[in-house]
Amino acid sequence: MATELNNDYKYGFHDSEENYTFKSGRGLTREIVLSISKMKNEPQWMTDFRLKSLEIFYKKPMPKWGNTKLLNEIDFENIFYYVKSTEKQEKSWEDVPKEIKNTFDRLGIPEAERKFLAGVSAQYESEVIYHSLREDLKKLGVIFLDMDSGLREHPEIVKKYFATIIPSEDNKFAALNSAVWSGGSFIYVPPHTNVEIPLQAYFRINTENMGQFERTLIIADEGSSVHYIEGCTAPTYSSDSLHSAVVELIALKGAKIRYTTIQNWSKNVYNLVTKRAVAHENAVVEWLDGNMGSKLTMKYPSIYLVGEHAHGEVVSVALASGSDQHQDAGAKIIHAAPNTTSVITSKSISRNGGRASYRGLLKVHKGATNVKSTIKCDALMLDERSRSDTYPTMEIDEKGVQIEHEATVSKIEDEKLFYLMSRGISEEQAKLMIVNGFMEVFVKELPMEYAVELNRLIELEMEGSIG
Amino acid sequence: MDALLKIENLHIEIDGKEILHGVNLSINTGEVHALMGRNGSGKSTLSNTLMGHPAYKVSKGQITFNGTTINNLKSNERAKLGLFLGFQYPLSIPGVTVASFLRQANKALKGDAVSPKEFRKLLYEKMDDLEIDHAFATRYINDGFSGGEKKRMEILQMAMLEPKFVILDEPDSGLDIDSLKLVADSINKFKTRNPQLGILLVTHYQRILDYVKPNKVHVFVDGNIVESGGPELALELEKKGYDWLVQREEVRK
Repeated sequence: MATELNNDYKYGFHDSEENYTFKSGRGLTREIVLSISKMKNEPQWMTDFRLKSLEIFYKKPMPKWGNTKLLNEIDFENIFYYVKSTEKQEKSWEDVPKEIKNTFDRLGIPEAERKFLAGVSAQYESEVIYHSLREDLKKLGVIFLDMDSGLREHPEIVKKYFATIIPSEDNKFAALNSAVWSGGSFIYVPPHTNVEIPLQAYFRINTENMGQFERTLIIADEGSSVHYIEGCTAPTYSSDSLHSAVVELIALKGAKIRYTTIQNWSKNVYNLVTKRAVAHENAVVEWLDGNMGSKLTMKYPSIYLVGEHAHGEVVSVALASGSDQHQDAGAKIIHAAPNTTSVITSKSISRNGGRASYRGLLKVHKGATNVKSTIKCDALMLDERSRSDTYPTMEIDEKGVQIEHEATVSKIEDEKLFYLMSRGISEEQAKLMIVNGFMEVFVKELPMEYAVELNRLIELEMEGSIG
Repeated sequence: MDALLKIENLHIEIDGKEILHGVNLSINTGEVHALMGRNGSGKSTLSNTLMGHPAYKVSKGQITFNGTTINNLKSNERAKLGLFLGFQYPLSIPGVTVASFLRQANKALKGDAVSPKEFRKLLYEKMDDLEIDHAFATRYINDGFSGGEKKRMEILQMAMLEPKFVILDEPDSGLDIDSLKLVADSINKFKTRNPQLGILLVTHYQRILDYVKPNKVHVFVDGNIVESGGPELALELEKKGYDWLVQREEVRK
């Protein structure tokens, strides 16, 4: 599958120009940013914010860590920063590569969803479910919109929270996103409201949502709870080479936010995403972050524990498959208040020459007493050609904190294979069992349909891995 | 009568070093053979070899099971013929539950014959026999299990997968007397239900043989069988230890 995704251009998978109502020129200029903001009829403060962010983007150097070689290959001058497509279908189903179709088939993805994922349909046709969901949410007072509509319809909430967790200055890619963002989700959950079913971008999916520079903002007001799921297990076909999102979560006093991601971008995509959450007193934030696709992913979901008894948890899993893939993933937890607790679980699998890195930061500020944190990083390497690295950083400025840190690198041991095979299980199936078992900590947290899809996807990836 | 398992002049190497030196052993349908010997005498090497461990190379000789030469078969293929190894040190597989593992193994060995519901019922029955809490069905294989729990889990697997021939590699080591009795009772129960079953029971101690009665007892010293006899041989070993056999072998060399 990997090689087909790599050579997507040979399938002539292009959009035809006339299907776009607006398309910015290549490269990034002040004029382009201004025209994006104008097109969207944005308030002046947002226009100013974009322009200021653009200046920061120009000034900020590239990160000097991570995969600098690949990062420096990004050609910012050769990217379209804003493309607004028409609502019509832009591509033909016939143009979708056979391999992608086969993958959809084997993953059991419904027809309508396939077309959307392949970029053939602009709208995921789940209108019925969508409408009833919308009614239910409305009754609860929950706002669930795309970010552009959020800004239009709820400017006061957006202005209060937007870019407060991730300022433009944070890093070059956050600045870039801040200048040219488009799409993403906006969610506000009123106090003491529990949203029972996971909110999925599926339900309001359109081309805007899957944009290159999406921007998501979720606010869970006091005592509320919400689970948001983005992405999908099926390969997300994109001809955009750079995906740079910004996601901000705000869990107010006693609120709970869980944010689940399954990322499976095609292997031409740079996935450079900034995700950060702030947890106030007694709040809980959980990032479940699964990275299967892309060429290079650099993503470290962060949680700032700013209120007493706040709890943060990150489960980060990555599958790096093939020498053209580097998953540089991890987590950051900042304890800025007493009696806060955190758990980081990182699981990476590298195979076929793939590279998986864990990069993590644990910071305990002075005054944050009685902090507890557990960090567990496990790497599974399926062959000698693959690579796994760990870059943990700890900055502890308070005494008496309780920190457990454990890191393991393992291979599929012959003894374990022998054990499973001695019960009649084939070598291929035994390896798959061990790999699925390794990922279980992530998979078991997913809603059933995602779990099933993810297991099937791993199975597909693992196919033919028996030498 | 044709032997169910026949081992002829078996030489085994690990990393080019010979560990077993021409073992001959024949076990008929329905027979229980005990294989005794000190640590490091080669008992586990024989057990693993019979099950097809890839690290153990047959440099000479032949293993025949039910009329088929199995020298070159992978362990899953041997399992399909009806061989089973109860491990001395069962491995843990984090993230894979006992139920899902056994269900997949069952499917690999017997096809899709059993419905999930029937399978569960069967599993619980066998668990009850071994006084294993049903909660173990959803625990990860051997992950955090005590020594005794692991041993009982091996017997549970045997009972579920219904092999024709079982090699039990020290099913008694590390067990207290109550657990030992449970394990022995389960072996006997399975044997009673399947009178054709052949058993090779590998052990240090005579104690388990009070419960699981062997037809024959063999003693392993330095990679070969040096003495064979009836159940009385085990009792003799219990009294005299292994030294006299070891010394006799040294003299012979």
